Amino acid sequence: MARIELKNLAHSYLDRPRDEADYALKEMTHVWEDGGAYALLGPSGCGKTTLLNIISGLLVPTQGQVLFDGRDMTREPPEARNIAQVFQFPVIYDSMSVYDNLAFPLRNRKFQATEVDRRVREVAEMLDLTDRLKRRAENLTADMKQKISLGRGLVRPDVNAILFDEPLTVIDPHMKWLLRGQLKQLHKDFNHTMVYVTHDQTEALTFADKVVVMYEGEVVQIGTPEELFEKPAHTFVGYFIGSPGMNVLDCRLEGRQAWLGEHKLDLLAGHHVPAALGDKVQLGIRPEFVTVTRPEEGLPARLERVDDVGRYRIARLTLNDQAVAAILPEGSELPSDTAGVRFEPSHLHVYMDGHLSEGGA
Amino acid sequence: MSVELVEVSKVVGSETHIRSVSMKLEPGSLNILLGPTLSGKTSLMRLMAGLDEPTSGRVLANGQDVTAVPVRKRNVAMVYQQFINYPTLSVFENIASPLRVAGRPKAEIESKVKQAAELLKITAMLDRTPLELSGGQQQRTALARALVKGAELVLLDEPLANLDYKLREELREELPRVFSESGTVLVYATTEPTEALLLGGNTATLHEGTVTQFGPTLDVYRRPHDLLTAQVFSDPPMNLMQVRLEGGRLQLTDGQEMPVAGLLQGLPDGRYTLGMRPNHLALERPTESAVEVTAEVTVTEITGSESFVHVDFAGERWVVLAHGVRDLSAGDRVPVYIDPERLFIFDAEQRLKAAPGLQAAA
Amino acid sequence: MERKVNQKAWFLVLPVVLIVCFSALIPLMTVVNYAFQDTFGGNEFFWAGLVWFEDILNSSRFHDALWRQFLFSGLILLIEIPLGVVVALSMPRRGLGVPICLVLMALPLLIPWNVVGTIWQIFGRVDIGLLGWAVNSLGISYNYTTDPLSAWVTVVLMDVWHWTSLVVLLAYAGLRSIPEAYYQAARIDGASRWAVFRHIQLPKIRRVLVIAILLRFMDSFMIYTEPFVVTGGGPGSATSFLSVDLVKIAIGQFDLGRAAAMSIIYFLIILALSWVFYTVMTAKRRDDMEVGQ
Repeated sequence: MARIELKNLAHSYLDRPRDEADYALKEMTHVWEDGGAYALLGPSGCGKTTLLNIISGLLVPTQGQVLFDGRDMTREPPEARNIAQVFQFPVIYDSMSVYDNLAFPLRNRKFQATEVDRRVREVAEMLDLTDRLKRRAENLTADMKQKISLGRGLVRPDVNAILFDEPLTVIDPHMKWLLRGQLKQLHKDFNHTMVYVTHDQTEALTFADKVVVMYEGEVVQIGTPEELFEKPAHTFVGYFIGSPGMNVLDCRLEGRQAWLGEHKLDLLAGHHVPAALGDKVQLGIRPEFVTVTRPEEGLPARLERVDDVGRYRIARLTLNDQAVAAILPEGSELPSDTAGVRFEPSHLHVYMDGHLSEGGA
Repeated sequence: MSVELVEVSKVVGSETHIRSVSMKLEPGSLNILLGPTLSGKTSLMRLMAGLDEPTSGRVLANGQDVTAVPVRKRNVAMVYQQFINYPTLSVFENIASPLRVAGRPKAEIESKVKQAAELLKITAMLDRTPLELSGGQQQRTALARALVKGAELVLLDEPLANLDYKLREELREELPRVFSESGTVLVYATTEPTEALLLGGNTATLHEGTVTQFGPTLDVYRRPHDLLTAQVFSDPPMNLMQVRLEGGRLQLTDGQEMPVAGLLQGLPDGRYTLGMRPNHLALERPTESAVEVTAEVTVTEITGSESFVHVDFAGERWVVLAHGVRDLSAGDRVPVYIDPERLFIFDAEQRLKAAPGLQAAA
Repeated sequence: MERKVNQKAWFLVLPVVLIVCFSALIPLMTVVNYAFQDTFGGNEFFWAGLVWFEDILNSSRFHDALWRQFLFSGLILLIEIPLGVVVALSMPRRGLGVPICLVLMALPLLIPWNVVGTIWQIFGRVDIGLLGWAVNSLGISYNYTTDPLSAWVTVVLMDVWHWTSLVVLLAYAGLRSIPEAYYQAARIDGASRWAVFRHIQLPKIRRVLVIAILLRFMDSFMIYTEPFVVTGGGPGSATSFLSVDLVKIAIGQFDLGRAAAMSIIYFLIILALSWVFYTVMTAKRRDDMEVGQ
């Protein structure tokens, strides 16, 4: 287990990167604590897999360093880093039994046969694979195969970190719940440093203690699921996390008042309004904190549509030509097509050019 | 066009892929096939398309038997999970290809392709080749091709499965509307219950080659006829508990007794399975009549606004969806509240007897 | 609508049936016909029964040819398959080297068989051939027209030169289809180069190797042109493989009955061995099969 440090790290797939745009990963410095469960979350092409490959040693970064417990690992090959990785599609050695698959990393490192046996059985027990140890790995279901690739990582006594590259892509929804739960339990039991790459917010949020949100090669926010939900540092985070994502509304600021067209909203004392306003001033509010009221009780809005998704409903409204979504609990009453919306002031955020406007910023 | 399957079965070798499926798809309807991998979604679509001929049963189009009519002679379009486009042709030519095959006049092709590209927001990409596009744009191209074909039956086989979560959200919202004007029968296969709910329309739940229920999506979700349907149509999985009702006393798995209230009233004695959706269980007392049981926490997953608390109740693994962030550790013993008005009750044959808002017939 | 059952589809198959008849079945039957009869020319035939077969199966000449054939096929399989795999493994996986290597590899396959024979015949000549002259200059006695060992070495070398590329190309195609993640996982698992080959590459190219072995086995069993051009089956009968021998009998001695019977035996041997190879190498592994630890 190790604490992972990234120092001035940046990477470009080009030989001679010229400007910012040539970098798949823009310069970053972060420390990931020993034993933490981290998720790298972002859309495809945001650089999350690049970052993962740099940590695992499959890629050498263009600049900067990767440190494991203070030791420079930047140029060490994967086999020297003592990391384990689970890939998007199950990687198993088809011609071997489940047992041999699990034993493979140990045998490669010349462990004693008795030690190999002890550890393989221990890991198989943890992953509910004991009754399949003698089966050939080739014809097992996708979730079993993913467990085997995970097991090959867990079996080693000296693993610095376990990396996951969208490991649940090929797993059915019902199995996802089970596997995710097991993963989380394993993390609690063994405290390995885990890094989990995904584009799926639910997976990232439920798995990780800290979620690293990436966008166009940059880390836009690192935070607990709660922080990302309550206080998105960037409108992208607000949009990307939550389903539907945060409502982002263009507005005009005048003193401590926000104007949406001709409608006025008073900001709270907690809202920071910088002296110099950005080019683009926006208000962000999550659908969870939007209430649909009768027209006279809130800002006048038009109700376009209501999507019923079972355990809640999503009201789609337009307020001053801008779309606003609101989440309504199961079974609540709705006014007809003219309605009002009310924003919970404490969950309203002000964004300048995409970034959260915070005190001292 | 309407499409009707009449007792359609498909047997390949010794394996039954589809078991006596009957369903009628109305013109202009959106129909979702929901089920896990290998439950028969793709097999069923292939039968609808005419790519495969059923072993027994009939396929009707507008009431006409088309069972033996091959796919080339039917007006069908299909979009797959993988992004399938002609790699060397431009996006324009990709979309135009079915019209070129049909020998349509140039002006018509031009206008139809432009229109489809507009609807699917790929107008700016028309001159590129598919390999220069992102995954989402590639799939939009494939969808546009299905759209211009003007097919009477459009089959979408997990079309969004290979896309990012957020892209999925976007396309999922557009899809039904894009196809809604054409009067096409739209069939959409997915493994995800949430996706079915977001799409609306009708849903058929599949389990091992059988359609367990077919009807308006919310009806199937709220009134699953049997336990299998309820399990297929639940994400997170439905929480289950075996109970025994005897002489007005209801005994739970852990030996505790539960008052016969709410939906449990009016049931004859016997064994029942109670199903509870994760959002219907609570960690705080929701109503006066709610029953408290004690369960052991195994894992807590936090999404920011909600927490999925995995608990163990008398050997059953349950998930409770709680509002807010809950910091519970494994091994904690917590009270879980069961609301007698928010239950799915299945009898010994696994048929639905009562559901929230549906009292058992006394 | 009742589905009508009719037999019209057979007409669609008819052209194929006719072509197969004229190109394969009828010639084959002619051979079968000859094999059971004797002729002294002039289109007069006498029933000979199994005489030819008995004769051949008891003849030491046939035994020798068969033995030589097995030795030859075995040798070239032993050399070409491992060599082909090794070359495929060492070929670059991306970059400009890929097309260059592929073209180089394909070259020998593009040369007509008799030209290959001629090339090696000249190449190996003691007086003007580069190979023959060079080897002899090194003090090694080499002459494929007089020395059986030299003749064998030449024929085997020629076949290896000509056909290893085929194995290389097949194996390379198989290797290319292995996803990158497998190699990454193996590195992380600390697998040695050998372990990567043994547990990832070999299992993944097993299928193409079956095809390569089958093709090379059948082809080598039928080898004719090259040894005929280079050694003419000699010296003596040192490189008289089955087909060389067959042609000697059929054309050289105009012994049609014997040649026909031999063809059939020959055909049956190839068929049987190909079947054995195929079943052994593609034996389906069952899911529930217990594998050793």
